[in-house]
Amino acid sequence: MNNLFPNVDWAQMWASTGETLYMTAIAVLATFIIGLFLGLALFLTGKGNLWENKFFNFVIAAIVNIFRSIPFIILIILLIPLTLFLVGSMLGANAALPALIIGAAPFYARMVEIALREVDKGVIEAAKSMGSSNSQIIFKVLIPESLPALISGITVTSIALVGYTAMAGVVGAGGLGNLAFLEGFQRTQNDVTFVATVIILIIVFIIQLIGDNVTRTIDKR
Amino acid sequence: MITLDAVKKIFQTKDGAVNAVDHVDLSIEQGEIFGIIGYSGAGKSTLIRMLNMLERPTSGDVTVAGKNLSQLSNRELRKARQEISMIFQHFNLLWSRTVKENIAFPLEIAGVPKEERQKRVDELIKLVGLEGRGESYPSQLSGGQKQRVGIARALANNPKVLLCDEATSALDPKTTDSILNLLVEINQKLDLTIVLITHEMHVIRKICHRVAVMEDGRIVEQGPVLDVFRHPKEFITKDFVKQITEPEETTDMIKQLASEKPQSKIVQLTFVGGNAEQPVITDVIRKFDVQVNILQGKVSQTQNGPYGTLFIQLEGADQEVDEAVTYMNGQKVEVEVISYE
Repeated sequence: MNNLFPNVDWAQMWASTGETLYMTAIAVLATFIIGLFLGLALFLTGKGNLWENKFFNFVIAAIVNIFRSIPFIILIILLIPLTLFLVGSMLGANAALPALIIGAAPFYARMVEIALREVDKGVIEAAKSMGSSNSQIIFKVLIPESLPALISGITVTSIALVGYTAMAGVVGAGGLGNLAFLEGFQRTQNDVTFVATVIILIIVFIIQLIGDNVTRTIDKR
Repeated sequence: MITLDAVKKIFQTKDGAVNAVDHVDLSIEQGEIFGIIGYSGAGKSTLIRMLNMLERPTSGDVTVAGKNLSQLSNRELRKARQEISMIFQHFNLLWSRTVKENIAFPLEIAGVPKEERQKRVDELIKLVGLEGRGESYPSQLSGGQKQRVGIARALANNPKVLLCDEATSALDPKTTDSILNLLVEINQKLDLTIVLITHEMHVIRKICHRVAVMEDGRIVEQGPVLDVFRHPKEFITKDFVKQITEPEETTDMIKQLASEKPQSKIVQLTFVGGNAEQPVITDVIRKFDVQVNILQGKVSQTQNGPYGTLFIQLEGADQEVDEAVTYMNGQKVEVEVISYE
C-alpha cells in the first residue's frame, strides 16, 4: 500500500472520510425534513390543492427558486455571516452544514413537490369522500403514496450533497475534498487526490445502492 | 333519504360560465337503487359529487339522511361523509396498502380501535368475496377484484348511502355483471340506498328501481325503470332504451326488409312484466289472415320484472293487417308500427 500511494497518510484519510460522512449524514437528515416540509407547503398551496393560496405559493416558490439557483460555492461565501453566527467559525465540518442544508433543501423541496403531484387525484378524492381531514390526507395518503419518489429524490439529493461537501472542503470545512485540495492538489501529491476520489466514489455508489433497494422494496405499484 | 332542491352548479371557465348542473330537483327513497344515465358531459358526475359535497352546489339544497349538507361545518361534513360512501370508475385504491389495509382505511379515519378494525375488515372481505386476497396489493388484483375492494372499503363504516361513480365502466361485461349482482346483494342485505351514474342502459336495466335521464345539466325524464323503458318520452331516452332493445344490426335488417316488401308492416311489440308470456302472436295468426314473420326478439330481466321486445313483420291485405295491429293494441302489449323513412 505504502509503495503504491507513498504520500497517503491513512489515519488522516480515514479521519477525512469520517468528516465527509458526518457532514453528509447530518445534511441529508436536515434536508429531508426541511425539504419535505417546504415541498408539502409548495404542493398544498398550489392550484386546486388542499390549502390553495396564491400568495404563499408565490413566496415559497420564490424562496425555493432563488436558493436553488445560487451556485453552491457562492452560497457558501454569501452565508459566511450566518455560519459565523450559528457555528462561530468558518473551519471544520460543522461550518459546512448551514450552507449544505440551505443549498440542498430547496432542491429537494422541488422533488418533493413533483412526487406529491404524481399522487393520483382520484385517491385524494376517495380519501375526502370518506371524511378524511387534511392532516389525515397528508399523512395517510400523500406521503405514503409518494414514498418511493420521495426516497429516490433524497438519494439523488444525498449524492449531490457528497459533491457539495467536497466543495465546502476547499474553503476549509474539512473532509475528503479538503484533503484532496490541500494535501493532494496544492502539494502535487496526486496519489492523495486519487485515493480521496476513489473513497468519494465508493460513498456515492453505496448511497445509490441503498436508495435503489429501499425504493424497490416499498414500491408496490 | 336524499333530496335535491333546485340544485345548480356553475363552473367559471375561460370560455365563460358553464351550467354543469342546471336546476335539478330529485328525491331518492330509502333502500332504493336509483340510476342516473346520461352521455359524458351531461353533468351526472358533478351531480353525484354534490351528494357528498366533493363539489359544492352554486345554489340549492342537498339533503342526505336528514342533513342539509351545504349548511354543515367542515367537521360535521367529515362526519356526515362517513355515512355517504362512494366507489369510483378507477377504483382509487391506495397502491401502498394491502387489500386489508385499504379496507381498514376509512375505519382509521373514523377512529375505530385496532382490534375492532381487524374484525370488521375480515367481515367485509367475506361479504365481497375476497377471501384469501387480504394480503395482496392492488397491483396484484384484477379490475373486478379491485372494485370489490372499493366496495368493501365503502361499506366499512356502515354507510346509509352508496354513491357509484361509473363503477363498472372500466370493467368487462362479465365482471360488470358480477359487480352489479354484488351491489344488488348488499342493497337487499343491508337496506342500503344506492345512487349510481352510468352511460350504459344495461346497468340501469339490471339493477335500478328508478332512473333519471340527464342531458345538458338537466334531468329530462325520470320514473320507475319499466315505465321509462315502456314509454320513453324524450328522444335521448329512446336512444338509451335502444341500447337494450335494438342492436344496431336490427335497424339495418329492418330497413332492408321494409324496402323489399313495401306493402308489409313492421311492428315492434313491447312486453312488460307478467304479460311477457301472453300468446299474442298465436292469437293474431288464428284470428286474422296475415303472415307473421318474426324478425328479432329479446327478453331481459329488470328489478321490477321481465321486459321484452319483439320485432315482427306483418304481410297480408291492408285491412287485415290494420285490424291485426288494432287487435294487438287492445292487448297488454305496447305496439309501435316502425317506419324508417
